[in-house]
Amino acid sequence: MRVFLAIIKRDIKLAAHSIGDMLTLILFFIMVGVLVPIAIGPDKEFLANIAPGIMWIAAFLSSLLALDRIFRPDHEDGSLLAMRHSAISFELIIFAKLIAHWISAILPLILATPMMALMLNMDMRNFINSVISLIVGTPALIAFGAVGAAITVSLKRGGLIAPVLILPLSLPILIFGVSSIKINVGAGTQEAALLILAAISLIAVSLTPFATALALRLTQE
Amino acid sequence: MQQQQQQLRVNNLSLERSGRQILSDINFALKEGEALLLRGDNGVGKTSLLMSIAGYLHINSGEIEWEIKRDTKREEGEEWGEEEENLLIKNLHFIGHQQAIKPHLTLEENLLFWCQLYGGEEKWVQEALIRVGLANAISYQAALLSAGQSKRLSLARLLVANRPIWLLDEPSSALDKNGDKLVADLIDEHLDGGGIAIIATHLNIELKNKKRIKTLMLKAI
Repeated sequence: MRVFLAIIKRDIKLAAHSIGDMLTLILFFIMVGVLVPIAIGPDKEFLANIAPGIMWIAAFLSSLLALDRIFRPDHEDGSLLAMRHSAISFELIIFAKLIAHWISAILPLILATPMMALMLNMDMRNFINSVISLIVGTPALIAFGAVGAAITVSLKRGGLIAPVLILPLSLPILIFGVSSIKINVGAGTQEAALLILAAISLIAVSLTPFATALALRLTQE
Repeated sequence: MQQQQQQLRVNNLSLERSGRQILSDINFALKEGEALLLRGDNGVGKTSLLMSIAGYLHINSGEIEWEIKRDTKREEGEEWGEEEENLLIKNLHFIGHQQAIKPHLTLEENLLFWCQLYGGEEKWVQEALIRVGLANAISYQAALLSAGQSKRLSLARLLVANRPIWLLDEPSSALDKNGDKLVADLIDEHLDGGGIAIIATHLNIELKNKKRIKTLMLKAI
């Protein structure tokens, strides 16, 4: 457990040193929220209607931007190889790295959601729902993203391949993520969508560290 | 303290990388307190041999066996099972060309992380940094280090956790005269303590007891 926390602490510390990357991510997230209202015109009603979708698309795209940061720096300086000799298993190390990545790349986005909500004309209930939905659903995004990042880590310009690889896996997250925000659908639909989203997240987070570890062992040969 | 007898054996190892035969029929056995010097021209597979022993590369045929007979009292609070603990990959240090150093962290933070990851004791970090001659740079950021100092820092990783097997790839590259002596001293102490070392090098490493040094000359295939 001590080792586990040490990895999380180190990764967050490293992320904090490249604060510029984090800001870029947040700016990109907000940028999507700025562009959409401008592009579709000043129909407030319509905007509020599609706001959940925009929120998720923004979060999804920003998380793709950050994918390359999970493993590439550690792969390039040899840390990832050296981690295989750790006293704890490689899968557990990857799990710790995923948690650290969620905290350093996704949590800032969630903290920026109030600005998004403002620009998308969301009401309070929609806003709270979308925060809950993002908190529940983004771990799955990270988990699937990690598999893609692991497969492409040894490619020099793998930056864009990983997102394409994981796109099909991420669609269910988007579908249930968006429907877990919308309140003016049938009774119980929103709660059910949230539960399914939680299930996807739990399954993804518990299984993908194994797939990711395997992918890293193979691609690093 | 533990009494242990160990042996590292490599039988008929052969290795292909991207369809090219790199190593074939490699045989050697090392008992505790013995070292093997790997010699040969550039590109004959010294690093590949080290990497396959470290478990990074999948060998095509042959065996890498590590036997250890322990007569130990298990300490309390050990977290992992016996099987895991006896894996070769959890009992070796690999120091290669990639130094696994994060430029934004201080020397102490860098080393402390590996210490925690490898299950060493935290007080060894200071001692290790003093030992490799970086005592006056402990709180510097690693970005300030010269090539030789970086190498010293990566060698310090050997000292923050007890591992019976050391795999060293060109340990004295970029080092000054004192550095060469430091490497030799570290290896000598490791062998005195019953360890095993495999060292790929072009330079002469002046070890004390020539009898326990074996040499393996690799030839191009």
